[in-house]
Amino acid sequence: MATPARVDPPHHARREPDCCDQGHRGHRLDTHAPPLPAIGTLVSARGLTFARGGRPILTGIDVDVVPGEILTLIGPNGAGKTTLVRLLLGLDRPDSGTVHRADGLVVGYVPQMFAADRALPMTVSRFLSLGLAPTPVQIAAALEEVGAARVAGQQLASLSGGELQRILIARAVLRNPGLLVLDEPVKGVDFLGEADLYRLIADLRDARGFGVLLVSHDLHVVMAASDRVLCLNRHICCSGVPHAVAKHPEYARLFGRELAAAYAVYEHHHDHAHAIDGSPLPVGNDDLGDRSA
Amino acid sequence: MIEPFLLKAFAAGAGLAVLTAPLGSVVVWSRMAYFGEAVAHAGLIGIALALSTGLDRTLAVLLVTLAASGLLLLLGRQNLVPLDSVLGLIHHGSLSLGIIAAAMLAGPGVDLQGYLFGDIFAVSETDLALLAALGLVVGLAMWHLWQPLLRIALDPDLAAAEGVPRERVRLAFTIVLALAVALAVKFVGVLLVIAFLVVPAVAARPFAASPEQMVWLASGIGIGAVLAGLSVSLAWDAPGGPAIVLAMALAAAASLVAAGLRKSR
Repeated sequence: MATPARVDPPHHARREPDCCDQGHRGHRLDTHAPPLPAIGTLVSARGLTFARGGRPILTGIDVDVVPGEILTLIGPNGAGKTTLVRLLLGLDRPDSGTVHRADGLVVGYVPQMFAADRALPMTVSRFLSLGLAPTPVQIAAALEEVGAARVAGQQLASLSGGELQRILIARAVLRNPGLLVLDEPVKGVDFLGEADLYRLIADLRDARGFGVLLVSHDLHVVMAASDRVLCLNRHICCSGVPHAVAKHPEYARLFGRELAAAYAVYEHHHDHAHAIDGSPLPVGNDDLGDRSA
Repeated sequence: MIEPFLLKAFAAGAGLAVLTAPLGSVVVWSRMAYFGEAVAHAGLIGIALALSTGLDRTLAVLLVTLAASGLLLLLGRQNLVPLDSVLGLIHHGSLSLGIIAAAMLAGPGVDLQGYLFGDIFAVSETDLALLAALGLVVGLAMWHLWQPLLRIALDPDLAAAEGVPRERVRLAFTIVLALAVALAVKFVGVLLVIAFLVVPAVAARPFAASPEQMVWLASGIGIGAVLAGLSVSLAWDAPGGPAIVLAMALAAAASLVAAGLRKSR
């Protein structure tokens, strides 16, 4: 897949009077959302509104995911992140607004909760072959890629949370997806594993060129691994490149000034780590100790 | 020399055991045991319908089980009350209606027990032919639905996001389940049908490493239980259907205890 230019798709952020300072680089200034999805997007949503039991969960959401980018959806608990992902995947229907998925788009999905029922006996290898027809070599390669080669013959029910996440990623990647969607993939994974997991996702994106939609409620590690960040709290508060979002007043308001400020420290270390290639992420940094939950 | 009636009873029981093994496994994986129970018990209304209209009993039961499944699927879409409560409503409501209707229509001398627990020793050659023919349909349908059913049982959202037509597959499985229930009601009665599906699958679980292994083991355990149940039934003049289900339940209990011991060691 050709790597497209990283251009912010237009209109991913609908204006909310309380939250957007004009001219911020995460926003586009034109206010007329086009009725049609942007060309070349994998998934494109316009004007999504969703309520449950009369309570609005999402209002006026515009989102585009383009090939090759990592778009991260952040926001506090209850912000509607999972709901938005479900709408984009077609698992739920919006009350109003449209979701357009590219024709023939193959989706690799890593759900937030995958509790393999113990009543269903299944090995990891079999799970990876379900509905697909990979060769044993392909299965072994996919497991190797996610660092889970040794669990191939184990039962799904016997895996740890982190192992299961890797298996789900392996399955998603085996499908050769155009879009990889991960809903809180680091839940239940320790901090070191978390950094590893995000790096794995970025590496896979680099190698395969698929678009990634990543949901998270923590900030620093995930933001540094993203091309674009969308800050959600029932509406889109702000969006843009991580650096810009981190400086956005609405972001600071949502997550607290101290927590938001810690990102800059993190980013510095991350850039540094990149320069010396492959050195571990700065997990010992005190500024990272207070990651939001 | 084996009596022909015994041979026919065994053929019907063993055929049902093989036929219901894949269905029962899916029911266990998808937590549909109570759903199946409610649908099966509604089958009694079908028996009443057959008594009053002279309609074929299997057909009448099939019509009612299909209607009950459809009603349950529709009620499952509301989210005010949890599904198991709705199931209880349909389950006991239809069971009561069925018992009242069957008792009234069949007159005072009715043998309600035969409808509730079936009569596996009264199997005719026509019954066996119908079992074979419809059994083939059920088997082919399950063969066709197997992969999507496994994916939905593992994670319905993951399956749907990957493009499995979740609602269509569920609907198809519900129809197949209703068909199997209608077939089995004649032999084991409305109250014990779901045990025939679920209990051998439960017994098979601790010793299965793959979904298919679980199905084969469940078939084998089912056939063994039919043999044991029929023998007990003959030796002590116990009712056939309950004797078979009791044998299945003992096998399942032993299996789960064995699994527990193996784990704690």
